[in-house]
Amino acid sequence: MYSFDYVKPGSIDEAVAALQAEDAQALGGGQTLIPTLRQRLAQPSVLVDLGGCLDAGVASQDGGCRIGGGATHASVAASADAPKWLRAVADGIGDPQVRNRGTIGGSLANNDPASDYPAAVLGSGAEISTNARTIAADDYFQGMFETALNEGEIITGVTFPKLEAANYQKFDQPASRFALVGVFVGKGAGGVRVAVTGASESGVHRWADAEAALAGNFSTDAVPGAPSADGVISDLHGSAEYRAHLVAVLTRRAVAAAG
Amino acid sequence: MPKDQGIGASSKRREDVRFLTGKGQYTDDINRPGQTYAYFLRSNVAHGKINGIDTSAAASAPGVVGIFTAKDLEAAGGVPCGWQVTDKHGEPMKEPKHPILAEGKVCHVGDPIAAVIAESLNQARDAAELIDLDIEELPPVIDMRAAISGGPTVHDEAPDNICFDWDFIADNKEAVDQAIAGAHHVTTLTLTNNRLVANAVEPRCAIGEYDAARDEHTLYTTSQNPHVIRLLMGAFVLSIPEHKLRVVAPDVGGGFGSKIYHYAEEAFVTWAAKAVGRPIKWTADRSESFMSDAQGRDHQTKVELALDENGKFLALRCETLANMGAYLSTFAPCVPTYLHGTLLSGNYTTPVIHTNVKAVFTNTVPVDAYRGAGRPEATFQLERTIDKAAREMGIDPVELRKRNFIAPDAFPYQTPVAVQYDTGNYGATMDKAVAMADLDSYAARKTASEAKGKRRGLGIASYIEACGIAPSSLVGALGARAGLYEAATVRVNPTGNVAVMTGSHSHGQGHETTFAQVVAEMLGCDEANVDIVHGDTAKIPFGMGTYGSRSIAVGGSAIVRSVEKIIEKGKKIAAHLMEAAEADVTFADGQFSVAGTDKSVDWGTVALTAYVPHNFPHETLEPGLEETSFYDPANFTYPAGAYICEVEVDADTGKVDIASFVAADDFGNVINPMIVEGQVHGGLTQGLGQALLENCVYDENGQLVSASLMDYAMPRADDMPSFGVDHSCQTPCTHNPLGVKGCGEAGAIGSPPALVNAVVDALSDLGVTHIDMPVSPGRVWAAIQAAQN
Amino acid sequence: MPSISMTVNGKSVSGEVEGRTLLVQFLREDLGLTGTHVGCDTSQCGACVVHVNGESVKACTMLAASADGAEVATIEGMANADGSLGVIQQAFQDHHGLQCGFCTPGMVMSAADLLQKNKNPSEGEIREWLEGNICRCTGYHNIVKAIQAAAAAGA
Repeated sequence: MYSFDYVKPGSIDEAVAALQAEDAQALGGGQTLIPTLRQRLAQPSVLVDLGGCLDAGVASQDGGCRIGGGATHASVAASADAPKWLRAVADGIGDPQVRNRGTIGGSLANNDPASDYPAAVLGSGAEISTNARTIAADDYFQGMFETALNEGEIITGVTFPKLEAANYQKFDQPASRFALVGVFVGKGAGGVRVAVTGASESGVHRWADAEAALAGNFSTDAVPGAPSADGVISDLHGSAEYRAHLVAVLTRRAVAAAG
Repeated sequence: MPKDQGIGASSKRREDVRFLTGKGQYTDDINRPGQTYAYFLRSNVAHGKINGIDTSAAASAPGVVGIFTAKDLEAAGGVPCGWQVTDKHGEPMKEPKHPILAEGKVCHVGDPIAAVIAESLNQARDAAELIDLDIEELPPVIDMRAAISGGPTVHDEAPDNICFDWDFIADNKEAVDQAIAGAHHVTTLTLTNNRLVANAVEPRCAIGEYDAARDEHTLYTTSQNPHVIRLLMGAFVLSIPEHKLRVVAPDVGGGFGSKIYHYAEEAFVTWAAKAVGRPIKWTADRSESFMSDAQGRDHQTKVELALDENGKFLALRCETLANMGAYLSTFAPCVPTYLHGTLLSGNYTTPVIHTNVKAVFTNTVPVDAYRGAGRPEATFQLERTIDKAAREMGIDPVELRKRNFIAPDAFPYQTPVAVQYDTGNYGATMDKAVAMADLDSYAARKTASEAKGKRRGLGIASYIEACGIAPSSLVGALGARAGLYEAATVRVNPTGNVAVMTGSHSHGQGHETTFAQVVAEMLGCDEANVDIVHGDTAKIPFGMGTYGSRSIAVGGSAIVRSVEKIIEKGKKIAAHLMEAAEADVTFADGQFSVAGTDKSVDWGTVALTAYVPHNFPHETLEPGLEETSFYDPANFTYPAGAYICEVEVDADTGKVDIASFVAADDFGNVINPMIVEGQVHGGLTQGLGQALLENCVYDENGQLVSASLMDYAMPRADDMPSFGVDHSCQTPCTHNPLGVKGCGEAGAIGSPPALVNAVVDALSDLGVTHIDMPVSPGRVWAAIQAAQN
Repeated sequence: MPSISMTVNGKSVSGEVEGRTLLVQFLREDLGLTGTHVGCDTSQCGACVVHVNGESVKACTMLAASADGAEVATIEGMANADGSLGVIQQAFQDHHGLQCGFCTPGMVMSAADLLQKNKNPSEGEIREWLEGNICRCTGYHNIVKAIQAAAAAGA
């Protein structure tokens, strides 16, 4: 790792102030950032550890739930206040040790194109709260590792709505155990949403054709055939065609499991 | 009732206590006074000409102690290759120099160019970023077929990139060609044996130290064979005589072949510790391991098997391209030749066999032996091809193998590929495996899988391996530049306890326990009275180390020979004490007795007297009780067995789950069943990892795509089943004193074809006839698509 | 340089570290607790697993400074007070759940976290829990057996 200063503010305001420094970077659970630093792929001047200031709680709210930005995946997975479908998403992230450190805020701020929470947030139509504002999921994800967050903006929490039916199907990349493809299907007051992670070179995205088909007929039979492989990730773990095929398979399975 | 001590007992491992309490001492746990840290600046291009290296800015960076490049190492030799292959024209293999630091050119991503030594690793790494490299990129060659078809040249010494072109056995070629031309049926299969990375969980580490007052060098290193490193590095690279060079391999966190070889980093820290006058530590991080540890396998092969109308094998022809990578690693040339061509008879009576192997240089990390080494490649070719033949001819795969097994009364059996099997019973292990797998109820399991929407497949494989890698006469004739015996000293201390200094090295195999069991059995003493010492050239007379499932067969036999000498010496002492004739003294259960009398003396008295020889007849009886043996066996050993795998395939996603796996092995006699079974579990998982998950992939520019554990898929607990293993079919080795064959590599050799055969079986009705390893979900899905279109 | 203090295996320790010092470096290099190992740089292998405030974490993926004030437990603290092997350690020896020993400290610490959360895990639950621990030697078979035995023994 390159050398950097370390601070652990006691309040969000202090953290926001600390992040004003040039090349300052926020540290959540560190499960992606620390390996990145170890490979010398980032060179922050100061790391601002949010572990001392972020809400890490999970609370039920209007049939859905509100999760603090500092909540670990393990705490979400274990919380009776989170809906079952969300607990299952959290329980499938990484491994137990990653889940014990990794946070929802860190995951969403990073927006890895193969991570799980972005699919759940986008597919459920959740809202992301920051120190400055609230951002709808549809506005938040802006491509691989790109988000609507401004420099120094901190995710303080995520509000998930009540859903009538929801399920996330993850097909593991065998080495990293990120999603080779993951599909979240959610049916709620706003209709049916289908969010896909792992597949697109533009990161997490909604599958409009499937949403339209499922809106009138929420059944596996309604799920369209595989989407176009254009713009789909192709690597040693799977071709674009294979990933596109998996999107349809996993969507069907998610619809079936959502009930 | 199972024994609780000695040979055949599942003694608990004594080494476990330190490992379970965090008190193991691995190389990186060692810190020497005044220690500095080395960081290697490595090539980030696969092929290039070095036009300049400017280290001036780096040299003045904080904490820097020294910066070195190839020009500082002009007096040193290259990293040597320990095995010479003669090609089909009688010419020696092409052997380009493998410098410690790149000389004028870089040949693979990860090739070390410069080394920075600093007070801390961070400082060394910070300084390395200030080195200004001027490298002119050259077109790389990655694909073996491109390499031998006019692609860019890796080394001027081999303009066509062919290290050697080897025919085995040349005299068989005509007979093989004729038999194939006239056969009732010929099964042809073209396959790839995927490149692997050993990935021992402990990364390589080396600490060099130099004592100027004594002119003595010490190297602490993660090695499977410290004496071999001392020999290669001392004699060929740095010109340090053995008595001035100590090599210590302390606790080592797994090897699997990758820690056999002498590596440039070892030579560098040894040399540079003298240059800077301080100890130097280098520890690889995992990313560095991926581009600097010798990799495994990487063969492309075409197999043709001729059969008569009854399924009898008539002839086998194999043509292989074997990737050497950019340089020849220590044992690399012997892997695709003598560890591969000699095993192509398998468990079968195939009368004539011919293979051609072209070893190819590419701009990739060097390739060398990895668990099994050559034998997995041979077994995969045979067992996949036999499976395909069975399907093509409509013969049950178990039955087809049985029709061709070497009969149990045919031993010793001379194969057409040079080796002679001493003993075996292949039908017995197959019958055992079939019983363990409960094939009678397979149809019901298949139906149950189908009810869940899964396809079930059944895969059969036999294997044989040549282990106990040794006979110096044989390996010498085959091109080894060293002998392959093993050495052991057994020292009985005055109060009767025993220290055994063995040249074998334990890095997970449990020698400290099993070797003590052998000695305790022979001496009739408690295992706790026997201490096993290994891994330090200053403490052990000599050694060739641990690889090729050789430790118990060769190293254990050397210990037996020394204990036999101890007992003979003990009889002399006992005869003296009892005033009896030496010929009348017998030894059993720790007592020396005079036959036909009630006179006896115990072990402790004899041991003490050996060191308190107040009235020894010194002209005929020396004091002391210590013996050394060098054991060089008459032949390899030939473990064999049969494996059966069942899989469930999700045709929608291509995902393969291992439903069950059983292994019936013949290892001859077994010293510690618990440890043997553990070795099989580990070997199976590495083989199944190769078949299902692992793949070392370069892109066309020579960049390693699977460069970390984020992309190189290691088998995890949830990828593997619990295994059924059995070693009750025992045909003891006929030529070593313990009747043992070795068990370390078997699982990795027999399991890949069993798994792939099962997957193909599950998909055969769709028209799938072969899928290359790893049978990843994407490949399975693509194979189904291709077969259906 | 942050000053940090924490409790490691019940003992109070403190030190000055760079911001970039990893918890595993602090344990190994500053405290000499070399039982915790480093096997990779991408948070995959789990050789470095320790407990922080009772939860298993990868000590190579956590800054030492982030553990300021925490209670840390490592393999060196897992034996019984009299020095004999603890229940999980003993089960690993009894069932040959280790070979080279390098991944073993992480395996034991991970298993200990599992067994405090799930007193009677199934084979499948054990295998899934070990997703973050790579062993290259044992094929996991005997590790799973050891953890089952430790559970049965009331670990």
